[in-house]
Amino acid sequence: MFKGIYNWIDERLDITPMWRDVADHEVPEHVNPAHHFSAFVYCFGGLTFFITVIQILSGMFLTMYYVPDIINAYASVDYLQHKVAFGAIVRGMHHWGASLVIVMMFLHTLRVFFTGSYKAPREMNWVVGMLIFFIMLGLGLTGYLLPWDNKAYFATKVTLSIAESVPYIGPYIATLINGGEVVGAQTLTRFFAIHVFFLPGALLALLAAHFFMIRKQGISGPL
Amino acid sequence: MAHGHNSKEKVVYVGDSRIVKRNASNIPADYTAYPGKSEAFIPNFLLKEWMVGVVALVGFLVLTIAHPAPLGFQADPTNAAFIPMPDWYFLFMYQLLKYPYVSGDFVVLGTVGIPGLAFGALLLAPFLDTGKERRFYRRPIATSLMLLSLIACIYLTKVSWDHYQHQLEVTNTIPEHILREEQAREAHEAGLPRPNPSAEPAPIVAADDPAMDLMNTATCLACHATDLTGQGNAPGLRGIGDKLSHEEIAEIITNGTDNGMPAFADRLSAEEIDQIAGWLALQKTSAE
Ligand code: HEC
Ligand code: HEM
Repeated sequence: MFKGIYNWIDERLDITPMWRDVADHEVPEHVNPAHHFSAFVYCFGGLTFFITVIQILSGMFLTMYYVPDIINAYASVDYLQHKVAFGAIVRGMHHWGASLVIVMMFLHTLRVFFTGSYKAPREMNWVVGMLIFFIMLGLGLTGYLLPWDNKAYFATKVTLSIAESVPYIGPYIATLINGGEVVGAQTLTRFFAIHVFFLPGALLALLAAHFFMIRKQGISGPL
Repeated sequence: MAHGHNSKEKVVYVGDSRIVKRNASNIPADYTAYPGKSEAFIPNFLLKEWMVGVVALVGFLVLTIAHPAPLGFQADPTNAAFIPMPDWYFLFMYQLLKYPYVSGDFVVLGTVGIPGLAFGALLLAPFLDTGKERRFYRRPIATSLMLLSLIACIYLTKVSWDHYQHQLEVTNTIPEHILREEQAREAHEAGLPRPNPSAEPAPIVAADDPAMDLMNTATCLACHATDLTGQGNAPGLRGIGDKLSHEEIAEIITNGTDNGMPAFADRLSAEEIDQIAGWLALQKTSAE
């Protein structure tokens, strides 16, 4: 039955090469912790991806309750945390996951650095990786404001004053992300849009490039 | 542009589409062609990774249940006493900007100079370190620069965190999310509903009582706000009767507390205190 459906689709869309390309690649011995325990350092990229998926999923559930305006934002987070079934778990996963993903990404970056895997021919993938790194920091920065408690508010004020102190372009950057003169309603909606649409969109595009390049080039050889 | 199935054509399409009709297998050689103890990514390796991932996921869930995500009090732009604190992975930058020569007149160095240099070098690492050698112990410059930056980041983060703890101590501040948790626990132990900072404050009971005027002239309202919702350190007094009895309130007014509530023993007569305390004791959320 399923084979029939599969063949019918395959005949029309020729999908076999796509997934076979993903499925049929070997994991070499030197990166497989089952053969060399120290190869666990090669798992950090996969773990980063795993937690990124958790972040995206938990974030999607958070937006079901979160209201991005200064009157309701805090109350909606409070409601989610205390009243919604499993709300505390969903929010907890997104909150702690945000730190965990940074830790994993750090470790992954260090693995790539210390194994010299950024060298030719993988320069472009390293640069893409660093861009992912910046996007992740941006996600952390914008997400921090969203609960709209005092910690969120005053940390963002500090961030904006730091941005403002950059010469020449600083005031423009600050106004752009702030959406006005004070940290307020505009800032919250802007940070929300950046956190939920702009940065994840860029992240997914960069991740696609990252994985495409890994597939094309293969993992770097043993040292 | 239907091509039909003319077998003399080099490329045969499926119907009138651009999908090539396949006659030879274009499936890549599978992993068994590779030497060594390599194994298939799907499903063998991925399955093992998933099993490890599931264990990690359970640990992660236990963590989230044991430590709920923190939430303080709603942002109050007029709160001047709040100690700002970014998330931990920004602390090294935050701390860096506190040193002279990278702040004040030299802030450009702190906001653009040093981070720009560090992150710029990291971004362009493959073009700066172009040698063929990959082993880190044969690349002393790259390795030592990275280790130095790492140590610097860890050091700055630690200094920043210690400084924050110190500030909390000297200003006698409990972080708001902990304060809220404590209040919730106290309320729970006293059998009261969880204090909900985003709920509408309880209405004032008998608002036209002369006690309200008395509280105004006695300056209570200067601290506890004219609508009795509290401000700064002084708590709201609406619904206070849920928590404190007539006698307890009279005691607080007469003798004050260690945490900022002044004593009124010499400013108000015993009758006046009794009158205010009696009225405040009526302030119950459940009252009509
Ligand atoms: C200088 C500011 C100030 C003035 C004036 C003041 N209070 Fe207070 N009051 C406080 C502070 C601060 C607290 C919290 C003290 C604590 O937590 O120990 C407090 C606590 C209280 C409490 C206990 C509330 C609770 O939730 O435990 C009551 C009741 C109270 N005040 C009533 C009064 C009355 C009645 C007056 C006027 C006669 C008054 N206060 C005047 C600052 C003030
Ligand atoms: C969301 C963040 C990221 C994800 C999900 C991710 C994922 C991965 C995965 C799964 C691999 C395969 C090898 C491994 O697991 O170690 C990999 C390789 C690689 N990553 Fe990342 N990565 C991320 C961020 C980064 C960053 C921040 C950098 C560095 C700037 C980077 C640079 C590289 C490079 C150069 C490779 C090739 C390594 C090699 O062939 O040995 N990645 N990445």
